[in-house]
Amino acid sequence: MTVMERLAPQLVTGAPLLTMSGISRRFGPVVALDDVAATVWPGEVLGIVGESGSGKSTLLRMMNLEDTPDAGAYHLTLPETPGNLFDLDRFARRQLCARRIGIVYQNPHLGLLMGHSSSGNVAERLLIAGERSFATLRAKAKGALEASEFPLTRMDDPPKQLSGGMQQRVQLAKAIALEPALLLLDEPTTGLDVSVQALVLDTLKHLQRDRAITMVIVSHDLGVIRTMADRVMVMRHGQVVEEGLVDQVFQDPQHPYTQELVHAKL
Amino acid sequence: MPNSDTGRQVLCVEGLSKSFRMHHLGQSLHAFEGVSFTLNAGEFLLLKGPNGVGKSTLLRTIWRSYLPEAGHVWFTHGAGRIDLARAADVDIAVLRRRDMGFVTQFLIARPRVPAEEIVAEPLRKAGVAHNDALEEARRWLSAFGVKRDLWRAYPTSFSGGEQQKVNLARALIQPPRLLLLDEPTASLDAGARAALVARLTELKAAGVAMIGVFHHPGDVAAMVDRDILLTAKEVEDVAL
Repeated sequence: MTVMERLAPQLVTGAPLLTMSGISRRFGPVVALDDVAATVWPGEVLGIVGESGSGKSTLLRMMNLEDTPDAGAYHLTLPETPGNLFDLDRFARRQLCARRIGIVYQNPHLGLLMGHSSSGNVAERLLIAGERSFATLRAKAKGALEASEFPLTRMDDPPKQLSGGMQQRVQLAKAIALEPALLLLDEPTTGLDVSVQALVLDTLKHLQRDRAITMVIVSHDLGVIRTMADRVMVMRHGQVVEEGLVDQVFQDPQHPYTQELVHAKL
Repeated sequence: MPNSDTGRQVLCVEGLSKSFRMHHLGQSLHAFEGVSFTLNAGEFLLLKGPNGVGKSTLLRTIWRSYLPEAGHVWFTHGAGRIDLARAADVDIAVLRRRDMGFVTQFLIARPRVPAEEIVAEPLRKAGVAHNDALEEARRWLSAFGVKRDLWRAYPTSFSGGEQQKVNLARALIQPPRLLLLDEPTASLDAGARAALVARLTELKAAGVAMIGVFHHPGDVAAMVDRDILLTAKEVEDVAL
C-alpha cells in the first residue's frame, strides 16, 4: 500500500509567495534540473536537501534570477511582478533582486567585496535600490548589521579581516537591508565551526520570528534543515523525489533515496 | 458550544491504517490497521497495549509525523472539519500552531536557547509580547519544579528529567483543542508528575480533548473516560 495523495490547502487561503513549475536546465549533457516544481508560502521556511550535484543550488540560483532555465515559469506574488519572472530583462531582474530577494552564499567571496568596508558592502545594496543620502545609507546599513547580530565596532572593517561567521553575518545584513520578501540561503553554515554555526542559526531564527521573512534554505546538513525549516524538498539527479513537513520526511521517509539519506545521518 | 455529541466532537478516526515500507529490507512493517474511534471535547482516551504495538505510531499518525495509508482523521477546528490524514502540509502546520499539541518524551532543544525562551516560544509565535510570554514561561517552569537558576540556562545540558519538565511547560503553556500525550510522565519525579496531572485535569475541565499513552496509567486513572487496546500485527513481506 502507498500513502494517500494530499489535498489542496483549505486553511491557508492566500496565494503562495513563490511558485515555480516545470523548471528544466541542462548544462551540455548534464541534466541539472528536470521538471522541478516548488511552492513557498508567506512566512514559511522551505528546506532543500540532497547530495552534491542533485540540483539544489542550481534551483536556488534560479530563484535569485541568476540563471534562466531551458523551460519553466517562476512567479512571486508581489504587486510589481505579474507574469513569468524569467521573461524580465537584465535591468528589471537586477532591480527586483535588489529590492525583493536577499541571498547568502556558502562562499562569502560570491556575495561580498572583500576589500571594501562591511558597512559599505551593505550600503551597496541600498545604492542599487536608489538610496542616495549618506546619513540614511549609514543608518540603514547599521540597522541591518545590528539585526544580523554583527558587532558594530567592526562595521568599517573589510570582510577579508573578519572570521567566517562574521562574514556570513555581513552577507546576511546585506541580504536583509531592504527587508526582502524572500531570503535565499545556500549552505549558510557549511564550513563554520559548530559553535559559530549555532550562533548563525540562532540569528536566522530570530530574524524569522521577528520579521516573518519567507526563506528557502539549501543544506546537505539535515540537522540545519530540521532546526530551521517547516517543510523540506528532497532532490536527487535534478528531480524532487519527496516533499513534506520536516518531521514527517525525517521520521517517515517514503522514497528509497530519502530513507537512505535519513538513515545515514549520525 | 452545542450540547449534541456531534457538536462536541473534536476527532473522528475512521479505519486508520499505517505500515512502514522499508526499502532496504524489501518489506513492510504493519503498525496498525482499521483503527476507529471518536473523541469529544473534554474527553480523555487512554491507548493501551504492549511495547511495540503501535501506540506512539498512532499518535504520530494523527499528528501527521507519519503518513497514513488508509482511513480518515476528521478534526473539528475553529472553522470546520478537516481530514488530517489527507490535509495539505501547510494546513497541518497551521493546525499544529493553533489547535493541536503533542507532548513527547523527547525535548528538541535548540543550541544556545535558554529554557525560558524555549517555553515562551509558542506564546511569542501567537503574538504575545516578549516580556509577558517570558513571565508566563517562568510561571510554568516553576509549577513543574524547574529551579530558578536554570531558567536562563541551556536545556541541552540538563538531565533527562529536567529536560522533560521544560518540554511539558512548553507544550502545555497554550491550551490546544486536541492534546496528544506520548508517555509524558516518563523520567519525571513525583512533584512534577503531580503538577502535570493537575495541569491536565485543568485542561480537561476547560474542554481540551486528550489521547494519551502512559507507562504508569495509574497516574491519570481518575481522568480516563475510555480506552483502546491495540494488538500486534505480523511483519509482511511485500514486493516493492
